[in-house]
Amino acid sequence: MSTLIMIIVGCALINNVVLNQFLGICSFVGVSKQMKASASLGVAVIFVLTVASAVASLLYDYVLKPFDLDYMKTIVFILVIAALVQIVEMFLKKTSPGLYKALGIYLPLITTNCAVLGVALTNVKNEYNFIESVFAGLGTAIGYTIAIVLLAGIRARIDESAIPRPLRGAPVVLLAAALMSIAFMGFGGLS
Amino acid sequence: MNKYVERIYNGVAKENPTFVLMLGMCPTLAVSTAAINGLGMGISTTAVLILSNVIISALRKVIPDEVRLPAYIVVVATLVTITELLMEAYVPSLYEALGIYIPLIVVNCIILGRAEAYANKNTVGLAAFDGLGMGIGFTLALTALGFIRELLGAGTGFGIRILPESFEPIGIFIKAPGAFLVLAIMIMVLNAIGVKNRSDKLVNGCDGCCANCAKGPVHGKEETK
Repeated sequence: MSTLIMIIVGCALINNVVLNQFLGICSFVGVSKQMKASASLGVAVIFVLTVASAVASLLYDYVLKPFDLDYMKTIVFILVIAALVQIVEMFLKKTSPGLYKALGIYLPLITTNCAVLGVALTNVKNEYNFIESVFAGLGTAIGYTIAIVLLAGIRARIDESAIPRPLRGAPVVLLAAALMSIAFMGFGGLS
Repeated sequence: MNKYVERIYNGVAKENPTFVLMLGMCPTLAVSTAAINGLGMGISTTAVLILSNVIISALRKVIPDEVRLPAYIVVVATLVTITELLMEAYVPSLYEALGIYIPLIVVNCIILGRAEAYANKNTVGLAAFDGLGMGIGFTLALTALGFIRELLGAGTGFGIRILPESFEPIGIFIKAPGAFLVLAIMIMVLNAIGVKNRSDKLVNGCDGCCANCAKGPVHGKEETK
């Protein structure tokens, strides 16, 4: 049990996926403009990342490894993730239109989110078993959500401040991310 | 200007993928801890980019429009796997240093973006030079960023000591926050000297479609969308 908690804390805070590993920067910077969209994207990422880690782990353990197809993992994972997001989208559309309305537009965005492929590959590299992979996926996604929601909050304040012209737009957001990243380095003491 | 040379100039300067189009930020931030890592990542991405542009351009009349993105992804993923295996065999130290970011070349927006915005509309030769130009532009940007971070964070450049021993290295620059910091300052300088770039696109989101971003700032149509 304690290993699982350690995996979640490690993935969410210590090795934060955005602020420490630089995965999913595009959506982190692009979507954090609005708080509501950030929170919705966060929930969608938690959902997809957990499911994708589970599926990727099963595929790796029961298909790729027994047949010695280890080198195929990049191709297999990216296709499975793309297909999975499509299936999730169709499933949500049929079963829960409310949830689909809230998360639907973010789902295609997640396919191009390198965090999903990154987690699947990291799990393989760390030789996690099925349960550990699921928790690592969940932890990483929680870390992503924390980071993007925090940045969205900061950007709401930035929008109301007078910023020197050259810093407007991307630079000030990246500076905010740099300061967040410094703060998150403090979690390194937990490990 | 010769149109092949024009493609190189376009990739290096006019539509530099990092500083003008603002694409592929994940590897840019992640592997620029040292100049040599940036150079290695740049060269591997260039190799994948040229070959994927060539293959996609050659197959542009064969691949049905509806399934083009999955088809491109398979092409790119295959090339990335080949690159990864070659690097593991011949440059193991670089392979170790870049780690997970080598397979992640698959999801680098520059590659799918160029396939969608250029390679599937142009001849094989032009597509190859487009890939080469974009690749050189990306490599230069990554190496420059890596060089600055390594110089300030470790006092060295390409592993050779440049700054005197009396200079106390500022460790934060080769740690994660340093990446955001140096990139923020670089974009700020570009803004200040008036280089037109897509930094607005970066912070306002590109609707999840890399192809939109990869078209460059000169085709201003999408800007207003």
